Amino acid sequence: MWKRREEENLPKPETPPRPPEPAREGIPIQTYSARTADAGAARIGKSVVVKGQIFSREDLYVDGEMEGTLELPEHRVTIGPNGKLRASIKAREVVIAGNVQGNIEASDKIDIRKDARLVGDIRTARIVIEDGAYFKGSIDIQRPETGRAPAPKPQTAAAAAAPAAAQAASAASGPQQQTLTPNAADPKRP
Amino acid sequence: MVWERLKRWVRPREPALEAGHRENPERASLESWDRHSHGLEEFSRSLAEGEGLRILDCGEVLQANVSFLTSYGHKLYSGALLSVLDSVCGATDANPTELTEDQIQRFLDATLNFPDGHLGAALLWDTLTFLPGALAEPVVERLAQVMRPGACLLALFHADLRKEPAPLYSYRIVAADTLHVTPKGWRKPAQVFNNRAIEKLFRRFHSVKFFLARDHLREVIVRR
Repeated sequence: MWKRREEENLPKPETPPRPPEPAREGIPIQTYSARTADAGAARIGKSVVVKGQIFSREDLYVDGEMEGTLELPEHRVTIGPNGKLRASIKAREVVIAGNVQGNIEASDKIDIRKDARLVGDIRTARIVIEDGAYFKGSIDIQRPETGRAPAPKPQTAAAAAAPAAAQAASAASGPQQQTLTPNAADPKRP
Repeated sequence: MVWERLKRWVRPREPALEAGHRENPERASLESWDRHSHGLEEFSRSLAEGEGLRILDCGEVLQANVSFLTSYGHKLYSGALLSVLDSVCGATDANPTELTEDQIQRFLDATLNFPDGHLGAALLWDTLTFLPGALAEPVVERLAQVMRPGACLLALFHADLRKEPAPLYSYRIVAADTLHVTPKGWRKPAQVFNNRAIEKLFRRFHSVKFFLARDHLREVIVRR
């Protein structure tokens, strides 16, 4: 017992000081990571200004300024947090984390991230909008014509009690994200 | 000594924060809740009856509302009236009661620039409470113009506005008859509406229907 005390009093070998661990509950959830989302995509950096037309056959990441038209029929375009576009966009998938003024047509999906700002009309098959995004314009959901199952009617509260509770929980816990599958809830489609 | 340690162990957790949350009305009113909405129920019914409607949502854009409204196959317009008001008039807490003709026109052009009879439905939420007096009437006039006959409009009014500023809510559509109301801050109300004032405001519309509510939000369904 006495021996152990002595050992405790001995000077410990010096170890490099560890950086203090940040409080986990204080860290905001990062909703957008350019590195993971757009690895391998062609990139327009934040100090680049483009005026005119861009046509791309690969994924594109725009973090600079652009004015004109942007067309990627088979690919994804991502507007980074520093991106400022006054352009019409046509792509398979559009992800917006920056500032866009113009109409957007996406054959697959549009993803509007928190803190994004979009003024324009949207035509797409699916849309995801995070809380905190600013959007002004119209949303037109384009539905594929064939091969869809009959859609259930939007439910009343009693029928939707479970999803409602889940949604309430998610609303309380933070930014809400939900993908819209167009025909899944369309009451009129066969 | 041992007794002191034991006391520390058995002492109940101090519930100061939780109790404060319940007792303090301001903090309590910052909790979100689900509310049954007869107004939304009737609004949803009109959505189900219509086909290819153009719906204006005057509140902030929310995924739940976008999903719900477009699930009927309708086209949705996002108006974001209060955001536009802030950009046209400036400060949020000091919305001027007097606006210039130019400001009113700019606001209407930025938010309600639709052809006559274009809209089949509109969700006004509680926006009118926060619009300056000089703006509420022109907005409702313009809505009467751009909504087609028979179109349905849902508006909410704060019943108890003794306290200033008033809570600012997000209204998420959970189901065809249920709203999830989330407080997102405070804002100085520009106007207090009683039933008579609401009827007067919507005099160009065909009918105004009031719904009693258990909480402090009154619902109104207006037919063009």
